[in-house]
Amino acid sequence: MRTHRNKRGPLASAGLHTALLVATAVAVFPPLWLLVTSFKPRNDAFSTSLVTHFTVANYTHVLADTTFLTWFGNSVIIVGVTTVLGVFIAATTGYAVSRFRFPGMRPLMWLLLITQMFPVAVLIVPLYNLLASLNLLNQPAGLVVTYLTIAVPFCAWMMKGFFDTIPVEIDESGRVDGLNPFGTFWRLVLPLARPGLAVTGFYTFVTAWAEVAYASAFMTGEENLTLAGGLQTFVNQYTNDWGSMTAAAVIIAVPAALVFAFAQRHLVSGLTAGTTKG
Amino acid sequence: MVAPVVLVIGVIIGYPLVRGAHLSLTDANEANVERHIGVNHLPATYEFTGLANYRAVLSDPVFWDRLGWTVVWTVGCVSLTFLIALTLANMLNRKLRGRTFYRLALILPWAVPAFISVFTWRMLYNEKSGILNKLLAGGGIDAVPWLNDPTWAKLSVIAVNVWLGVPFMLVALLGGLQSIPGELYEAAEMDGANAWQRFRNITMPGLRAVSSTVILLSTIWTFNMFPVIFLLTRGGPGDATEILVTYAYRLSFVDSPRNFSQSAAWGVLILVLLSFVAVIYRRALRKQGEVW
Repeated sequence: MRTHRNKRGPLASAGLHTALLVATAVAVFPPLWLLVTSFKPRNDAFSTSLVTHFTVANYTHVLADTTFLTWFGNSVIIVGVTTVLGVFIAATTGYAVSRFRFPGMRPLMWLLLITQMFPVAVLIVPLYNLLASLNLLNQPAGLVVTYLTIAVPFCAWMMKGFFDTIPVEIDESGRVDGLNPFGTFWRLVLPLARPGLAVTGFYTFVTAWAEVAYASAFMTGEENLTLAGGLQTFVNQYTNDWGSMTAAAVIIAVPAALVFAFAQRHLVSGLTAGTTKG
Repeated sequence: MVAPVVLVIGVIIGYPLVRGAHLSLTDANEANVERHIGVNHLPATYEFTGLANYRAVLSDPVFWDRLGWTVVWTVGCVSLTFLIALTLANMLNRKLRGRTFYRLALILPWAVPAFISVFTWRMLYNEKSGILNKLLAGGGIDAVPWLNDPTWAKLSVIAVNVWLGVPFMLVALLGGLQSIPGELYEAAEMDGANAWQRFRNITMPGLRAVSSTVILLSTIWTFNMFPVIFLLTRGGPGDATEILVTYAYRLSFVDSPRNFSQSAAWGVLILVLLSFVAVIYRRALRKQGEVW
Protein backbone atom coordinates (compact mmCIF):
# COMPACT_ATOMS: atom_id res chain seq x y z
CA MET A 1 0.00 0.00 0.00
CA ARG A 2 1.34 3.37 -0.92
CA THR A 3 1.43 5.87 1.86
CA HIS A 4 0.75 9.48 1.18
CA ARG A 5 4.30 10.71 1.37
CA ASN A 6 5.50 8.37 -1.31
CA LYS A 7 3.29 9.91 -3.91
CA ARG A 8 5.44 11.83 -6.32
CA GLY A 9 4.60 13.66 -9.47
CA PRO A 10 6.16 12.28 -12.65
CA LEU A 11 8.32 15.40 -12.86
CA ALA A 12 9.72 14.95 -9.35
CA SER A 13 10.32 11.30 -10.12
CA ALA A 14 12.23 12.12 -13.27
CA GLY A 15 14.29 14.70 -11.38
CA LEU A 16 15.14 12.21 -8.67
CA HIS A 17 16.23 9.58 -11.15
CA THR A 18 18.23 12.09 -13.18
CA ALA A 19 20.10 13.27 -10.11
CA LEU A 20 20.81 9.72 -8.98
CA LEU A 21 21.93 8.68 -12.44
CA VAL A 22 24.34 11.60 -12.65
CA ALA A 23 25.75 10.74 -9.21
CA THR A 24 26.02 7.09 -10.22
CA ALA A 25 27.88 8.01 -13.38
CA VAL A 26 30.37 10.10 -11.40
CA ALA A 27 30.85 7.32 -8.87
CA VAL A 28 31.22 4.53 -11.39
CA PHE A 29 33.12 6.20 -14.22
CA PRO A 30 36.71 6.16 -12.86
CA PRO A 31 36.79 2.47 -11.93
CA LEU A 32 35.00 1.61 -15.15
CA TRP A 33 37.43 3.62 -17.23
CA LEU A 34 40.30 1.89 -15.49
CA LEU A 35 38.84 -1.45 -16.49
CA VAL A 36 38.32 -0.34 -20.09
CA THR A 37 41.83 1.07 -20.38
CA SER A 38 43.42 -2.09 -19.07
CA PHE A 39 42.15 -3.98 -22.11
CA LYS A 40 43.56 -1.52 -24.63
CA PRO A 41 46.88 -1.93 -26.37
CA ARG A 42 49.61 0.02 -24.62
CA ASN A 43 49.71 2.81 -27.21
CA ASP A 44 45.98 3.40 -27.04
CA ALA A 45 45.94 3.93 -23.26
CA PHE A 46 44.75 7.48 -23.63
CA SER A 47 42.37 7.16 -26.55
CA THR A 48 38.85 8.27 -25.72
CA SER A 49 37.21 5.43 -27.59
CA LEU A 50 36.10 2.26 -25.92
CA VAL A 51 38.23 -0.77 -26.65
CA THR A 52 38.91 -0.98 -30.38
CA HIS A 53 41.62 -3.64 -30.25
CA PHE A 54 40.78 -5.84 -27.31
CA THR A 55 43.89 -7.30 -25.75
CA VAL A 56 45.00 -8.96 -22.55
CA ALA A 57 48.63 -8.11 -23.29
CA ASN A 58 48.79 -5.74 -20.31
CA TYR A 59 47.74 -8.51 -17.98
CA THR A 60 50.12 -11.09 -19.34
CA HIS A 61 52.94 -8.55 -19.24
CA VAL A 62 52.24 -7.64 -15.62
CA LEU A 63 51.89 -11.24 -14.49
CA ALA A 64 54.77 -12.71 -16.46
CA ASP A 65 57.42 -10.01 -16.81
CA THR A 66 57.26 -8.00 -13.60
CA THR A 67 57.54 -8.75 -9.90
CA PHE A 68 53.83 -8.07 -9.53
CA LEU A 69 53.03 -11.57 -8.27
CA THR A 70 55.66 -11.23 -5.54
CA TRP A 71 54.10 -7.95 -4.40
CA PHE A 72 50.70 -9.57 -4.51
CA GLY A 73 51.93 -12.42 -2.35
CA ASN A 74 53.51 -10.00 0.13
CA SER A 75 50.29 -8.05 0.39
CA VAL A 76 48.14 -11.16 0.81
CA ILE A 77 50.29 -12.43 3.68
CA ILE A 78 50.51 -9.08 5.44
CA VAL A 79 46.86 -8.17 5.00
CA GLY A 80 45.61 -11.67 5.86
CA VAL A 81 47.50 -11.83 9.14
CA THR A 82 46.56 -8.23 9.98
CA THR A 83 42.88 -8.89 9.38
CA VAL A 84 42.72 -12.05 11.50
CA LEU A 85 44.70 -10.57 14.38
CA GLY A 86 42.99 -7.19 14.11
CA VAL A 87 39.47 -8.61 14.23
CA PHE A 88 40.36 -10.79 17.19
CA ILE A 89 41.95 -7.97 19.20
CA ALA A 90 39.20 -5.52 18.29
CA ALA A 91 36.48 -7.99 19.27
CA THR A 92 38.00 -8.83 22.65
CA THR A 93 38.65 -5.16 23.41
CA GLY A 94 35.18 -4.13 22.32
CA TYR A 95 33.63 -6.85 24.44
CA ALA A 96 35.69 -5.94 27.47
CA VAL A 97 34.78 -2.27 27.19
CA SER A 98 31.14 -3.10 26.60
CA ARG A 99 30.65 -5.57 29.47
CA PHE A 100 33.05 -4.83 32.26
CA ARG A 101 33.10 -1.71 34.33
CA PHE A 102 36.64 -1.06 35.34
CA PRO A 103 38.61 1.97 36.38
CA GLY A 104 40.02 3.82 33.41
CA MET A 105 37.26 2.70 31.08
CA ARG A 106 36.18 6.10 29.89
CA PRO A 107 39.77 7.19 29.27
CA LEU A 108 40.27 3.97 27.32
CA MET A 109 37.29 4.80 25.09
CA TRP A 110 38.77 8.20 24.54
CA LEU A 111 42.15 6.73 23.85
CA LEU A 112 40.63 4.56 21.15
CA LEU A 113 39.07 7.59 19.51
CA ILE A 114 42.10 9.79 19.92
CA THR A 115 44.41 7.27 18.28
CA GLN A 116 42.49 8.14 15.12
CA MET A 117 44.17 11.50 15.33
CA PHE A 118 47.72 10.30 15.46
CA PRO A 119 49.17 11.50 12.25
CA VAL A 120 51.39 9.21 10.28
CA ALA A 121 54.07 11.83 10.76
CA VAL A 122 54.38 11.45 14.55
CA LEU A 123 54.42 7.69 14.55
CA ILE A 124 56.32 6.90 11.41
CA VAL A 125 59.82 7.89 12.46
CA PRO A 126 59.74 6.24 15.89
CA LEU A 127 58.13 3.15 14.38
CA TYR A 128 60.81 3.15 11.70
CA ASN A 129 63.51 3.27 14.35
CA LEU A 130 61.72 0.73 16.51
CA LEU A 131 61.35 -1.69 13.62
CA ALA A 132 64.94 -1.08 12.58
CA SER A 133 66.21 -1.95 16.04
CA LEU A 134 64.07 -5.11 16.07
CA ASN A 135 65.28 -6.01 12.57
CA LEU A 136 61.72 -5.86 11.30
CA LEU A 137 62.26 -3.42 8.44
CA ASN A 138 61.53 -5.11 5.14
CA GLN A 139 59.78 -7.84 7.11
CA PRO A 140 56.07 -8.57 6.72
CA ALA A 141 55.74 -8.75 10.52
CA GLY A 142 56.80 -5.12 10.80
CA LEU A 143 53.97 -3.94 8.60
CA VAL A 144 51.47 -6.21 10.36
CA VAL A 145 52.28 -4.59 13.69
CA THR A 146 52.03 -1.15 12.11
CA TYR A 147 48.67 -1.82 10.48
CA LEU A 148 47.26 -3.13 13.74
CA THR A 149 47.95 0.24 15.31
CA ILE A 150 45.82 1.88 12.64
CA ALA A 151 42.93 -0.55 12.44
CA VAL A 152 42.42 -1.88 15.95
CA PRO A 153 41.36 1.30 17.78
CA PHE A 154 38.56 2.23 15.38
CA CYS A 155 37.42 -1.38 15.08
CA ALA A 156 37.33 -1.86 18.85
CA TRP A 157 35.23 1.25 19.04
CA MET A 158 32.76 -0.11 16.49
CA MET A 159 32.67 -3.53 18.13
CA LYS A 160 31.77 -1.95 21.45
CA GLY A 161 28.72 -0.40 19.84
CA PHE A 162 27.84 -3.81 18.51
CA PHE A 163 28.20 -5.68 21.77
CA ASP A 164 26.12 -3.01 23.47
CA THR A 165 23.17 -4.08 21.32
CA ILE A 166 23.43 -7.70 22.49
CA PRO A 167 21.47 -8.22 25.72
CA VAL A 168 23.53 -8.91 28.82
CA GLU A 169 21.07 -11.71 29.73
CA ILE A 170 22.77 -13.85 27.12
CA ASP A 171 26.06 -13.59 28.98
CA GLU A 172 24.32 -14.36 32.24
CA SER A 173 22.65 -17.45 30.88
CA GLY A 174 26.02 -18.62 29.62
CA ARG A 175 27.51 -18.13 33.05
CA VAL A 176 24.63 -20.09 34.59
CA ASP A 177 25.35 -22.93 32.19
CA GLY A 178 28.88 -23.06 33.51
CA LEU A 179 30.84 -21.28 30.80
CA ASN A 180 33.79 -19.14 31.80
CA PRO A 181 33.86 -15.52 30.64
CA PHE A 182 35.92 -16.30 27.57
CA GLY A 183 33.68 -19.27 26.72
CA THR A 184 30.61 -17.06 26.98
CA PHE A 185 32.24 -14.54 24.71
CA TRP A 186 33.46 -17.07 22.18
CA ARG A 187 30.49 -19.45 22.01
CA LEU A 188 27.51 -17.18 22.63
CA VAL A 189 28.23 -13.51 22.05
CA LEU A 190 30.61 -13.62 19.12
CA PRO A 191 28.25 -15.51 16.81
CA LEU A 192 25.58 -12.89 17.47
CA ALA A 193 28.01 -10.12 16.60
CA ARG A 194 28.75 -11.56 13.17
CA PRO A 195 27.67 -8.45 11.25
CA GLY A 196 30.02 -6.41 13.42
CA LEU A 197 32.83 -8.84 12.72
CA ALA A 198 32.13 -8.54 9.01
CA VAL A 199 32.37 -4.77 9.16
CA THR A 200 35.50 -4.86 11.31
CA GLY A 201 37.13 -7.40 9.04
CA PHE A 202 36.25 -5.37 5.99
CA TYR A 203 37.60 -2.17 7.49
CA THR A 204 40.85 -3.81 8.58
CA PHE A 205 41.28 -5.50 5.22
CA VAL A 206 40.68 -2.34 3.22
CA THR A 207 42.90 -0.23 5.48
CA ALA A 208 45.81 -2.62 5.18
CA TRP A 209 45.28 -3.46 1.51
CA ALA A 210 45.31 0.22 0.58
CA GLU A 211 47.92 1.63 2.97
CA VAL A 212 50.61 3.67 1.28
CA ALA A 213 52.71 5.76 3.66
CA TYR A 214 54.10 3.05 5.94
CA ALA A 215 54.43 0.58 3.11
CA SER A 216 56.49 3.04 1.09
CA ALA A 217 58.70 3.96 4.02
CA PHE A 218 59.32 0.54 5.59
CA MET A 219 59.63 -1.73 2.59
CA THR A 220 62.43 -1.31 0.09
CA GLY A 221 63.90 -3.54 -2.56
CA GLU A 222 61.72 -4.82 -5.36
CA GLU A 223 60.90 -8.22 -3.83
CA ASN A 224 59.79 -6.71 -0.53
CA LEU A 225 57.27 -4.17 -1.83
CA THR A 226 53.58 -4.48 -1.25
CA LEU A 227 51.06 -3.68 -3.95
CA ALA A 228 50.77 -0.01 -2.97
CA GLY A 229 54.52 0.46 -3.21
CA GLY A 230 54.90 -1.67 -6.31
CA LEU A 231 52.24 0.13 -8.28
CA GLN A 232 54.10 3.38 -7.81
CA THR A 233 57.02 1.95 -9.75
CA PHE A 234 54.89 1.68 -12.90
CA VAL A 235 53.98 5.34 -12.95
CA ASN A 236 56.46 7.74 -11.46
CA GLN A 237 58.49 10.72 -12.49
CA TYR A 238 60.52 8.76 -15.04
CA THR A 239 58.28 6.10 -16.46
CA ASN A 240 54.65 6.18 -17.45
CA ASP A 241 53.64 2.61 -18.04
CA TRP A 242 49.90 3.19 -17.89
CA GLY A 243 49.16 -0.11 -19.59
CA SER A 244 50.79 -2.14 -16.80
CA MET A 245 49.44 0.23 -14.20
CA THR A 246 45.83 -0.25 -15.23
CA ALA A 247 46.08 -4.02 -15.52
CA ALA A 248 47.80 -4.29 -12.14
CA ALA A 249 45.25 -1.93 -10.60
CA VAL A 250 42.36 -4.04 -11.81
CA ILE A 251 43.91 -7.19 -10.37
CA ILE A 252 44.47 -5.41 -7.05
CA ALA A 253 40.93 -4.07 -6.96
CA VAL A 254 39.28 -7.45 -7.51
CA PRO A 255 39.96 -9.01 -4.07
CA ALA A 256 38.96 -5.76 -2.39
CA ALA A 257 35.73 -5.67 -4.36
CA LEU A 258 35.00 -9.31 -3.43
CA VAL A 259 35.53 -8.64 0.28
CA PHE A 260 33.39 -5.57 -0.10
CA ALA A 261 30.58 -7.47 -1.83
CA PHE A 262 30.63 -9.95 1.02
CA ALA A 263 30.55 -7.30 3.76
CA GLN A 264 28.34 -4.62 2.22
CA ARG A 265 25.05 -6.13 3.46
CA HIS A 266 26.30 -5.60 6.99
CA LEU A 267 27.85 -2.19 6.49
CA VAL A 268 24.79 -0.11 7.24
CA SER A 269 23.85 -1.90 10.44
CA GLY A 270 27.48 -2.19 11.49
CA LEU A 271 28.35 1.44 11.08
CA THR A 272 25.12 2.58 12.65
CA ALA A 273 25.73 0.50 15.74
CA GLY A 274 29.28 1.73 15.91
CA THR A 275 28.63 5.40 15.40
CA THR A 276 25.45 6.02 17.32
CA LYS A 277 26.21 3.98 20.40
CA GLY A 278 29.89 4.81 20.62
CA MET B 1 40.67 -9.75 29.22
CA VAL B 2 41.32 -6.04 29.03
CA ALA B 3 44.89 -6.25 30.16
CA PRO B 4 46.41 -7.68 26.97
CA VAL B 5 44.59 -5.12 24.89
CA VAL B 6 45.72 -2.20 26.99
CA LEU B 7 49.21 -3.63 26.81
CA VAL B 8 49.10 -4.00 23.05
CA ILE B 9 47.75 -0.51 22.53
CA GLY B 10 50.31 0.81 24.97
CA VAL B 11 53.20 -0.82 23.17
CA ILE B 12 52.23 -0.26 19.57
CA ILE B 13 50.88 3.24 19.98
CA GLY B 14 52.14 4.56 23.27
CA TYR B 15 55.78 3.77 22.68
CA PRO B 16 56.09 5.34 19.23
CA LEU B 17 54.13 8.33 20.44
CA VAL B 18 56.41 8.93 23.41
CA ARG B 19 59.45 8.34 21.22
CA GLY B 20 58.07 10.75 18.64
CA ALA B 21 57.52 13.43 21.24
CA HIS B 22 61.02 12.81 22.54
CA LEU B 23 62.56 12.99 19.06
CA SER B 24 60.87 16.33 18.50
CA LEU B 25 62.91 17.71 21.39
CA THR B 26 66.23 16.64 19.88
CA ASP B 27 68.29 17.44 16.81
CA ALA B 28 68.01 13.91 15.37
CA ASN B 29 68.56 13.54 11.66
CA GLU B 30 69.79 10.95 9.22
CA ALA B 31 73.41 11.55 10.15
CA ASN B 32 73.26 11.15 13.90
CA VAL B 33 70.70 8.45 14.71
CA GLU B 34 71.68 4.90 15.58
CA ARG B 35 72.74 3.09 12.42
CA HIS B 36 74.09 -0.19 11.18
CA ILE B 37 76.47 0.05 8.28
CA GLY B 38 77.46 -3.43 7.35
CA VAL B 39 78.67 -4.99 10.59
CA ASN B 40 79.54 -1.66 12.17
CA HIS B 41 77.17 -0.31 14.70
CA LEU B 42 77.12 3.47 15.09
CA PRO B 43 75.45 4.66 18.28
CA ALA B 44 73.12 7.64 18.26
CA THR B 45 74.83 10.98 18.74
CA TYR B 46 71.90 13.38 18.60
CA GLU B 47 71.35 15.73 21.48
CA PHE B 48 68.48 17.11 23.46
CA THR B 49 67.69 20.59 22.22
CA GLY B 50 64.52 21.44 24.12
CA LEU B 51 61.94 23.44 22.23
CA ALA B 52 64.30 24.59 19.47
CA ASN B 53 62.44 22.60 16.80
CA TYR B 54 59.11 24.06 17.81
CA ARG B 55 60.51 27.55 17.79
CA ALA B 56 61.93 26.95 14.32
CA VAL B 57 58.71 25.48 12.95
CA LEU B 58 56.38 28.08 14.43
CA SER B 59 58.48 31.01 13.23
CA ASP B 60 58.65 29.52 9.74
CA PRO B 61 56.05 31.01 7.36
CA VAL B 62 55.96 27.63 5.58
CA PHE B 63 54.18 26.14 8.58
CA TRP B 64 51.49 28.82 8.60
CA ASP B 65 51.07 28.52 4.83
CA ARG B 66 50.60 24.77 5.06
CA LEU B 67 48.28 25.14 8.05
CA GLY B 68 46.09 27.58 6.14
CA TRP B 69 45.76 25.27 3.17
CA THR B 70 45.21 22.24 5.42
CA VAL B 71 42.29 24.01 7.08
CA VAL B 72 40.78 24.99 3.71
CA TRP B 73 41.30 21.45 2.48
CA THR B 74 39.70 19.87 5.55
CA VAL B 75 36.72 22.20 5.79
CA GLY B 76 36.17 22.08 2.02
CA CYS B 77 36.35 18.31 1.80
CA VAL B 78 34.27 17.55 4.87
CA SER B 79 31.48 20.02 4.15
CA LEU B 80 31.18 19.04 0.48
CA THR B 81 31.29 15.34 1.34
CA PHE B 82 28.65 15.75 4.02
CA LEU B 83 26.32 17.82 1.84
CA ILE B 84 26.54 15.43 -1.10
CA ALA B 85 26.18 12.35 1.09
CA LEU B 86 23.20 13.85 2.94
CA THR B 87 21.44 14.71 -0.32
CA LEU B 88 22.04 11.27 -1.79
CA ALA B 89 21.07 9.48 1.43
CA ASN B 90 17.76 11.34 1.50
CA MET B 91 17.15 10.46 -2.13
CA LEU B 92 17.86 6.80 -1.47
CA ASN B 93 15.78 6.61 1.69
CA ARG B 94 12.45 6.39 -0.06
CA LYS B 95 10.55 3.99 -2.21
CA LEU B 96 12.30 4.12 -5.51
CA ARG B 97 12.71 1.86 -8.50
CA GLY B 98 16.29 0.60 -8.76
CA ARG B 99 17.18 1.58 -5.21
CA THR B 100 19.53 -1.35 -4.65
CA PHE B 101 21.27 -0.62 -7.93
CA TYR B 102 21.80 3.04 -7.04
CA ARG B 103 22.98 2.21 -3.55
CA LEU B 104 25.54 -0.33 -4.79
CA ALA B 105 26.76 1.94 -7.59
CA LEU B 106 27.13 4.92 -5.27
CA ILE B 107 29.24 3.04 -2.74
CA LEU B 108 31.40 1.48 -5.44
CA PRO B 109 34.28 3.96 -4.91
CA TRP B 110 34.61 2.46 -1.44
CA ALA B 111 35.21 -1.01 -2.82
CA VAL B 112 38.23 0.10 -4.80
CA PRO B 113 41.41 0.58 -2.74
CA ALA B 114 42.04 4.30 -2.40
CA PHE B 115 45.47 4.27 -3.99
CA ILE B 116 44.05 2.56 -7.09
CA SER B 117 41.39 5.24 -7.35
CA VAL B 118 43.96 7.95 -6.93
CA PHE B 119 46.11 6.52 -9.72
CA THR B 120 43.03 6.27 -11.90
CA TRP B 121 42.23 9.92 -11.27
CA ARG B 122 45.78 10.81 -12.13
CA MET B 123 45.19 9.16 -15.48
CA LEU B 124 41.88 11.00 -15.99
CA TYR B 125 43.48 14.31 -15.02
CA ASN B 126 46.45 13.92 -17.38
CA GLU B 127 46.86 17.31 -19.00
CA LYS B 128 47.82 16.29 -22.53
CA SER B 129 45.93 13.11 -23.01
CA GLY B 130 43.61 12.52 -20.04
CA ILE B 131 39.99 11.88 -20.82
CA LEU B 132 38.72 14.94 -18.93
CA ASN B 133 40.62 17.29 -21.20
CA LYS B 134 39.71 15.27 -24.28
CA LEU B 135 36.05 15.66 -23.37
CA LEU B 136 36.53 19.38 -22.82
CA ALA B 137 38.29 19.64 -26.17
CA GLY B 138 35.26 17.95 -27.73
CA GLY B 139 33.19 20.81 -26.33
CA GLY B 140 35.71 23.32 -27.69
CA ILE B 141 37.15 24.19 -24.27
CA ASP B 142 40.88 24.59 -23.74
CA ALA B 143 42.79 21.95 -21.82
CA VAL B 144 42.77 22.49 -18.07
CA PRO B 145 46.10 21.99 -16.25
CA TRP B 146 44.38 19.87 -13.59
CA LEU B 147 47.46 19.01 -11.58
CA ASN B 148 49.99 21.52 -12.86
CA ASP B 149 48.45 24.81 -11.83
CA PRO B 150 48.31 25.57 -8.09
CA THR B 151 44.64 26.56 -8.02
CA TRP B 152 43.43 23.76 -10.29
CA ALA B 153 45.56 21.26 -8.40
CA LYS B 154 43.89 22.30 -5.14
CA LEU B 155 40.44 21.90 -6.64
CA SER B 156 41.45 18.58 -8.18
CA VAL B 157 42.70 17.02 -4.95
CA ILE B 158 39.56 18.17 -3.11
CA ALA B 159 37.37 16.67 -5.83
CA VAL B 160 39.12 13.32 -5.56
CA ASN B 161 38.92 13.26 -1.79
CA VAL B 162 35.22 14.08 -1.84
CA TRP B 163 34.69 11.35 -4.41
CA LEU B 164 36.48 8.92 -2.09
CA GLY B 165 34.71 10.08 1.06
CA VAL B 166 31.07 10.18 0.01
CA PRO B 167 30.40 6.40 0.19
CA PHE B 168 31.35 6.08 3.88
CA MET B 169 29.19 9.04 4.88
CA LEU B 170 26.38 7.92 2.63
CA VAL B 171 26.25 4.52 4.26
CA ALA B 172 26.44 5.95 7.77
CA LEU B 173 23.74 8.55 7.10
CA LEU B 174 21.53 6.00 5.38
CA GLY B 175 21.76 3.89 8.51
CA GLY B 176 20.83 6.92 10.56
CA LEU B 177 17.86 7.74 8.35
CA GLN B 178 16.57 4.20 8.56
CA SER B 179 16.57 4.35 12.33
CA ILE B 180 14.16 7.31 12.34
CA PRO B 181 10.65 5.91 12.87
CA GLY B 182 8.33 6.49 9.89
CA GLU B 183 5.43 7.36 12.21
CA LEU B 184 7.13 10.64 13.02
CA TYR B 185 6.89 11.70 9.39
CA GLU B 186 3.28 10.56 9.14
CA ALA B 187 2.32 12.48 12.24
CA ALA B 188 4.10 15.58 10.98
CA GLU B 189 2.29 15.31 7.69
CA MET B 190 -1.05 15.06 9.48
CA ASP B 191 -0.14 18.31 11.17
CA GLY B 192 0.49 19.86 7.77
CA ALA B 193 4.27 20.12 7.86
CA ASN B 194 5.81 20.55 4.41
CA ALA B 195 8.83 18.65 3.15
CA TRP B 196 11.36 21.24 4.31
CA GLN B 197 9.82 21.45 7.78
CA ARG B 198 9.89 17.67 8.08
CA PHE B 199 13.53 17.65 7.05
CA ARG B 200 14.44 20.42 9.52
CA ASN B 201 12.49 19.13 12.46
CA ILE B 202 12.61 15.36 12.12
CA THR B 203 15.40 14.30 9.80
CA MET B 204 18.15 16.59 11.05
CA PRO B 205 17.62 15.97 14.78
CA GLY B 206 17.26 12.25 14.09
CA LEU B 207 20.59 12.24 12.31
CA ARG B 208 22.45 14.29 14.88
CA ALA B 209 24.17 11.43 16.68
CA VAL B 210 25.37 9.79 13.48
CA SER B 211 26.35 12.97 11.74
CA SER B 212 28.25 14.42 14.67
CA THR B 213 30.37 11.28 14.85
CA VAL B 214 31.02 10.96 11.12
CA ILE B 215 31.83 14.64 10.80
CA LEU B 216 34.39 14.40 13.60
CA LEU B 217 35.93 11.23 12.18
CA SER B 218 36.01 12.55 8.68
CA THR B 219 37.57 15.81 9.84
CA ILE B 220 40.34 13.87 11.54
CA TRP B 221 40.84 11.56 8.56
CA THR B 222 40.86 14.39 6.04
CA PHE B 223 43.27 16.48 8.10
CA ASN B 224 45.67 13.52 8.01
CA MET B 225 44.77 12.32 4.52
CA PHE B 226 48.13 11.21 3.25
CA PRO B 227 47.58 9.04 0.15
CA VAL B 228 45.39 11.38 -1.89
CA ILE B 229 47.85 14.23 -1.86
CA PHE B 230 51.02 12.18 -1.85
CA LEU B 231 50.02 10.02 -4.81
CA LEU B 232 48.11 12.60 -6.84
CA THR B 233 50.46 15.57 -6.77
CA ARG B 234 53.31 14.67 -4.39
CA GLY B 235 52.34 17.98 -2.77
CA GLY B 236 53.02 19.91 -5.94
CA PRO B 237 53.08 21.92 -8.06
CA GLY B 238 55.73 23.52 -5.87
CA ASP B 239 54.21 22.87 -2.48
CA ALA B 240 50.74 24.14 -3.42
CA THR B 241 48.82 21.07 -2.28
CA GLU B 242 51.14 19.98 0.51
CA ILE B 243 49.16 19.53 3.75
CA LEU B 244 50.82 19.31 7.17
CA VAL B 245 51.05 15.53 7.16
CA THR B 246 52.59 15.17 3.73
CA TYR B 247 55.02 17.97 4.55
CA ALA B 248 56.11 16.23 7.74
CA TYR B 249 56.51 13.01 5.80
CA ARG B 250 58.58 14.80 3.21
CA LEU B 251 60.94 16.08 5.93
CA SER B 252 61.79 12.60 7.16
CA PHE B 253 61.43 10.35 4.12
CA VAL B 254 61.74 12.38 0.92
CA ASP B 255 64.11 15.28 1.51
CA SER B 256 67.75 14.63 2.09
CA PRO B 257 69.25 14.71 4.67
CA ARG B 258 66.29 13.25 6.50
CA ASN B 259 65.29 15.53 9.32
CA PHE B 260 63.65 13.24 11.87
CA SER B 261 63.39 15.68 14.73
CA GLN B 262 61.71 18.46 12.84
CA SER B 263 59.35 16.02 11.19
CA ALA B 264 58.41 14.76 14.67
CA ALA B 265 57.83 18.33 15.83
CA TRP B 266 55.42 18.87 12.92
CA GLY B 267 53.71 15.63 13.89
CA VAL B 268 53.26 16.65 17.50
CA LEU B 269 51.87 20.02 16.41
CA ILE B 270 49.37 18.23 14.15
CA LEU B 271 48.30 16.07 17.07
CA VAL B 272 47.89 19.08 19.34
CA LEU B 273 45.81 20.89 16.71
CA LEU B 274 43.54 17.89 16.23
CA SER B 275 43.05 17.29 19.93
CA PHE B 276 42.10 20.92 20.19
CA VAL B 277 39.52 20.54 17.44
CA ALA B 278 38.11 17.41 19.06
CA VAL B 279 37.79 19.04 22.48
CA ILE B 280 36.06 22.13 21.11
CA TYR B 281 33.79 20.00 18.97
CA ARG B 282 32.84 17.83 21.90
CA ARG B 283 32.12 20.84 24.05
CA ALA B 284 29.90 22.29 21.33
CA LEU B 285 28.00 19.01 21.13
CA ARG B 286 27.56 18.88 24.86
CA LYS B 287 26.04 22.33 24.83
CA GLN B 288 23.43 21.02 22.42
CA GLY B 289 22.65 18.23 24.87
CA GLU B 290 24.58 15.41 23.23
CA VAL B 291 25.44 12.59 25.58
CA TRP B 292 29.04 11.80 24.83
